[in-house]
Amino acid sequence: MIAFILSLVMGMAAPDARVVEIHAKRFSFTPDAVTLKRGERVTIRLIGDDRAHGLLIKPLGIDLDASPNAPHEITIVPAQPGTYPAICDHYCGMGHGGMKMTFIVE
Amino acid sequence: MKRTINRRDFMRLSALSLGTGALLRFTPANAALRDHFKRANGEAPAPFSIVQLSDTHVGFNGPPDPLGTKAFERAVDLINTLDPQPELVLFTGDLTHDSDDAGEHAKRMRTFRDIAGRLRASKRFHVPGEHDAALDGGTLFREHFGQTHYSFDHRGIHFVALDNVSRGRPEVGAEQIAWLKKDLGRYGHGVPIVVFTHRPLFDLKPEWEWFTSDGDEVMNVLAPYQSATVLYGHIHRAHHETRGSAQHHAARSLIFAFPDPAVTAEKKPLPFDSSAPFRNLGLRVAGGPAPLTINDVELTVREIAGTEGVQQLLKGGVA
Repeated sequence: MIAFILSLVMGMAAPDARVVEIHAKRFSFTPDAVTLKRGERVTIRLIGDDRAHGLLIKPLGIDLDASPNAPHEITIVPAQPGTYPAICDHYCGMGHGGMKMTFIVE
Repeated sequence: MKRTINRRDFMRLSALSLGTGALLRFTPANAALRDHFKRANGEAPAPFSIVQLSDTHVGFNGPPDPLGTKAFERAVDLINTLDPQPELVLFTGDLTHDSDDAGEHAKRMRTFRDIAGRLRASKRFHVPGEHDAALDGGTLFREHFGQTHYSFDHRGIHFVALDNVSRGRPEVGAEQIAWLKKDLGRYGHGVPIVVFTHRPLFDLKPEWEWFTSDGDEVMNVLAPYQSATVLYGHIHRAHHETRGSAQHHAARSLIFAFPDPAVTAEKKPLPFDSSAPFRNLGLRVAGGPAPLTINDVELTVREIAGTEGVQQLLKGGVA
């Protein structure tokens, strides 16, 4: 079920939001798991270390695309607890299909 | 009184029990409709067939398919036995498996071209898959196959090749959507349209990257047209769905098959079975040996229960 997103703010991190940085590099995310709290205001920042990468979690409203020197972020307030698989949706080479991580909302 | 033309009226599709591809036969329903489209489109539809082939992944050689190009070559041989020959062959992407070595990738494209060149059907059209065009923005693809998006008319049907891979992300992009609007704007809403592309234009399984992020915008452009059919690949399995005003049909792969996402959580190729090496390959198989009836029209295709693609042909021969 699609979680209700209380707010989405593109661009600069909201001042009161916790910032979670995720580094993307062929073919993995670091960290490979992130835990968020329901109702928490959090900025997800994707950093492409080697080339363009994506980070897609449709139920959380996260759809980022970052390149080296061009990070991309979004601020969300997750409302629905659960475990959400995340993928890189910017094709990055032979191991692209295995480039995944997990978001957990408690 | 002015007659309203609907999709069911204008043509019917018949299909052969062919395990090597989607063989679609377009047949105008009657003389009045032929005249209608001749006036609307400048060219009256006439009976003809096309074949859709997809996801040949030339260069791939791994456990899910240690036979490499064998299924592709088998499909070419079988298509060449058809009489009459299909007038068009549409390839819906992932012609090649990518390589970090551009020279090796170019070699794979040449190999693809050599194998496809054995087809007796000379009118072949291609769109790229992400394995062909996502890493270099389509540069190598264009060198070997031409533009990544374009359109053409054939016997009263407007065909549109749509690129939803070369931007790296699963998207068509604003520029190409503007082009599509302009391209389709030249036609009345009665013209039959066949779009062929690589990824599904709708959210089939986003967690498996089976979607196009701006596919809804494409569907909005297609919405006013009375008959739109979308042929795609990417998912390595047959699938048929109606979304909006359009019928969407996925072709099987010619390298390995993916499972049904409704019954498994993991996107992992189905294992190779040496006793049935082409099982689930080939692509979708439509209809039966007899043509479909007028009640089956709207460019609909049907799978035969138990069909195993190329494997079926190895057992039973061409219908």
